[in-house]
Amino acid sequence: MALLEIKALNKSYQSQHVLTNIDFTVETGEFLSVIGPSGAGKSTLLRCINRLVEADSGEIIFNGENILKLGRKSLRKERANIGMVFQHYNLVPRLTVIENVLHGRFGYKSTLQGMLGVFSEEEKERAFYLLEKLGIVEHAYKRCDQLSGGQQQRVGICRALIQDPKLILCDEPIASLDPHSSKVIMDYLKSITEELGITCIVNLHQVEVAQSYSNRIIGLNKGHLVFNGPNRQLDSHYIGEVYGMDTRELITV
Amino acid sequence: MLADQTRLSRKWQHIFLLIIVCCFTWIAIEMVQFDFYQSLLSIPTAGLWMIENLWITAETWREFPDIMLKLVETILMSVAATTIAAFISFFLGIAGSTTTRRNGLMAGLSRGIASVARNIPVVAWALILLLSFGQNSLTGFLALFVGTVGFLTRAFMESIDEVGLKSFEALTATGATYFQVIFKAVIPQALPQMLSWVLFMIETNIRSATLVGILTGTGIGYTFDLYYKTLNYEAVALVTLLIILTVIVIELTSNRIRKVIL
Repeated sequence: MALLEIKALNKSYQSQHVLTNIDFTVETGEFLSVIGPSGAGKSTLLRCINRLVEADSGEIIFNGENILKLGRKSLRKERANIGMVFQHYNLVPRLTVIENVLHGRFGYKSTLQGMLGVFSEEEKERAFYLLEKLGIVEHAYKRCDQLSGGQQQRVGICRALIQDPKLILCDEPIASLDPHSSKVIMDYLKSITEELGITCIVNLHQVEVAQSYSNRIIGLNKGHLVFNGPNRQLDSHYIGEVYGMDTRELITV
Repeated sequence: MLADQTRLSRKWQHIFLLIIVCCFTWIAIEMVQFDFYQSLLSIPTAGLWMIENLWITAETWREFPDIMLKLVETILMSVAATTIAAFISFFLGIAGSTTTRRNGLMAGLSRGIASVARNIPVVAWALILLLSFGQNSLTGFLALFVGTVGFLTRAFMESIDEVGLKSFEALTATGATYFQVIFKAVIPQALPQMLSWVLFMIETNIRSATLVGILTGTGIGYTFDLYYKTLNYEAVALVTLLIILTVIVIELTSNRIRKVIL
């Protein structure tokens, strides 16, 4: 059975359709990229999956449950199964790296435990292990606002990984990074899927990055799904469909 | 050529504006019959009076312990009013902020309270409360308290809005509960800014406490009023001097604290 199944998903703000009848499925262990021009609905699509944005209609079956029908408690439980990585990292800048990583465990804690910051030895060790793995363990006690963008994004990835998620949603994870840091981050995300078997859905601006990293690509244009297939199938014709113009008019690196 | 023309018309606009302002000033002076020349002439006389009467003599210092007692009382009242108000405003701010609000009713209510409390000046509050609570230090305390709740709620809402949204979103996505997000993401980030507002409000309240004291008959304001009405101008000067010194000291201290926490 597919890990994630999206059926006839619709979302509009006021009278403007952001997502129209989106259908697709994601298998466990897939690395899926979502491409499309700005305003195509990529971010909204991702945020509908963990209900940071409430969809209007349709079904999102994740882990055998319809996310859109969950009550507050079960939604919380499923959110813990879905990690999220953001364009602007969305860390708490004044807190230390290790504190920010441990925030990823809140989904498994009672409100009081979370508010008091009670974490088990195991959780702390896991946090250090992840920081070590992403090569930022020496910054563990630094405040996040002292780190570079690439380093902050790695903290964001650690925070997602410590949730032990089945799925990680990445909303433009490299849009604010320089080319080198971008490559580092994309390599980490790829290795998460390959080594840990965690499914990744990544929103991307860059077509080439999507083509070289993902198994499958989804193309959105004005809220419509215009491409869904293996990365090698995405030729200049489809790129034109997605971006609504000729490939030659796009800046390609 | 075109640039020259716009510059020229800009120049005429300025001259036109200046003429209008002059006209209004002249009309206003005529209406209230403000005699500019006469006022200028009275400045030296007033200055002379101040120097003659507001001279702190050795005798005045005998009043010093009494004044200090009242001054300390006033400072403590301001601090108490501010901190208790900050506690209330903390919750109102969270309920009213666009980032952390949970439902429209609570948000509307807290914004309403803040706006009513803030938009009625503290002097008006003092007089209103004087009628219902009588002349005691509770009235002074309440007048400062109400105004402070209004201001701090507004300031806290903005502090939270400024820092909260991104990490609020991220922690919600991890499955954290509302209170976990508030206490572990929003508050740690907004706290220094909020403390800075509290310090600012303590300073402001010590200044207002003098005025509120005159109206409600409490604290240093009452002392000031008493000396003033018994024509003991030397003591009035001493009180004023001590208030100024206190405000300066408080301001310097809170600037120091601000530097450390921000």
